[in-house]
Amino acid sequence: MITRQRLKTGLNWIVLSTASLFFIIPFFWVAAGALKDKSVFTDYLFFPPLREWSSQTLNFNNFRVLFQGEETLQGTVYFWQYIVNSLFVASTTTVLQLFTSALAGYALAFFHFPYKKTVIWLLTGILMIPPMLLLSPVYEVIYNLGWMDSYLSLIVPPAVNSVGVILFYQAMKTVPYEILEAARVDGCKEFRIFSKIVLPLVKPISATYTLVVFLTAWGNFLAPNIFIHSHEKLPLTVVLNMYVTQYSEQYGVFLAGTLIAIIPPAILFLVLQKDFVRGLTSGAVKG
Amino acid sequence: MLTKANTPLPSAHYLMRNSRKPLLFLLPYLIIGLIFFAYPLYKAIFLAFEQTHGVHTKTSVGLANFSTILADAVFYRALLNTTLFTFFSIVIQIPLAFLLSMFLQYSQLPLMHFARLCIFSPYLAGQVFTGIMFTLIFAPGIGLANQLIGIFAQWELATNWLHNPKLVMPAILIASCWMNIGLCTIYFLAALQNVPRALQEAARIDGARTWQTFRHVIWPSVKPVGIYVLILTTTNAFQLFELPFILLQGTGPNHTGLTLVGYLYNHSFLNGNLGAGAAVGWILTIIIFVFSLAQIKITTGRHTL
Repeated sequence: MITRQRLKTGLNWIVLSTASLFFIIPFFWVAAGALKDKSVFTDYLFFPPLREWSSQTLNFNNFRVLFQGEETLQGTVYFWQYIVNSLFVASTTTVLQLFTSALAGYALAFFHFPYKKTVIWLLTGILMIPPMLLLSPVYEVIYNLGWMDSYLSLIVPPAVNSVGVILFYQAMKTVPYEILEAARVDGCKEFRIFSKIVLPLVKPISATYTLVVFLTAWGNFLAPNIFIHSHEKLPLTVVLNMYVTQYSEQYGVFLAGTLIAIIPPAILFLVLQKDFVRGLTSGAVKG
Repeated sequence: MLTKANTPLPSAHYLMRNSRKPLLFLLPYLIIGLIFFAYPLYKAIFLAFEQTHGVHTKTSVGLANFSTILADAVFYRALLNTTLFTFFSIVIQIPLAFLLSMFLQYSQLPLMHFARLCIFSPYLAGQVFTGIMFTLIFAPGIGLANQLIGIFAQWELATNWLHNPKLVMPAILIASCWMNIGLCTIYFLAALQNVPRALQEAARIDGARTWQTFRHVIWPSVKPVGIYVLILTTTNAFQLFELPFILLQGTGPNHTGLTLVGYLYNHSFLNGNLGAGAAVGWILTIIIFVFSLAQIKITTGRHTL
């Protein structure tokens, strides 16, 4: 029995470490490529061996090139500008989408109103429509609103998402109605019940959804490609995609940019990690 | 999904008196939704039957958009690519993710936490940055893929994955699976952790074999999540666009990396033919709808949503 148990543990270790390696190695390679000097880029697959570490082999030159700024039609634009753009657009999109979804989910979970069932059916049906189908009509709307080349074109259209409404609706349905009843009797305003009582109770789903929305907004590529023309307003996705050809001789520079672009989502995940997994469960099991 | 939607809420009279309140809570969603979802959707219906010249001139062409697309060999190429991609995504991702989740569930804690973090981390990169990373990983000469394979097998270091018609689809699949397996694994792991402990204990005491325990205790809890992951994978795979678009900076040799959404994009934004783009969009919507319904029907044996 003991040997069998050992065999099992050994197998577990082998399988899981191989899998972990497979998934983590590309990141490791990107980090190594960003830190290696241009002259030794092809000499080592990953990092040089410890005894060859020096400022000639490992340094921040790639980052220096990346941040030195580039001449555009709008004057010199520095790399940190793109980071700020991405952060701004992704975080405002996240807050706005979370707000509209949680409010709508609250209305569905705690109120009766005519055609409520139809609304829920519609929300589910909407999930099947590819967002790409709507891109050209949305383009027309944004054009007519005069939002071309404005951050509004990136922030407002994704502010509604039926996935969010459904997730919040399902999570809030599990909140005992008596709590609301008691608060209402005590004369608590409806919005306060929503923000102070119900929202904290559905924290896991908020965490999960925050990460999902942030990742989507952070990786938004198509919309800025179509709606934004000024170089200084571009997000990281579009800029790094340009660098694929622009820095086709200096892999390190472009890997340094990629490395930076992955850090904010990673930080957000580490912060939300515990609630994220719990929220995913509740959403998946019921969804 | 919506089976428990209609548990009666108490004190309906209170709610009736406040019938304006739910509308207030729905208002932000409704206003933005009307402008940026309902109206564009309504326009997209007409757009499919029109031909556009620039932004403002349109002529009605009836079903011409659909007949042009259905007679276009490139459309079938895109349909084939997307279908193949979806098929292989399902066949590779779901079993692997399930296996990994089983290994994670039945291993010791520190290892499990570390491995879970590693396996999930690619999902954080997202399609766009995954695409950008893999353009270099698949690059001939310096790329990680060739160098790694070269260590284990005879492999040409100069292999150009993204210009070789035979390797384009495998390259897209590798990048996509690398990114997505983690999410599927977490879903399965969550399901496994919800299997009642007491039930597993009882099965063990009753002398159930491993397979029997799996079949009658674990599987019933995992199945609903499995269906969800299956539909999620299918819907996402059919809408694949950014990853190959960035990897190939186009559609690849002989359109081997062209997807349905890529075909839509080419019509709408490269050729400026918004009508044809909308028509492709509707065809795609129908495909996704049919597939999702079929999967739900086959896997649950009944018609529920």
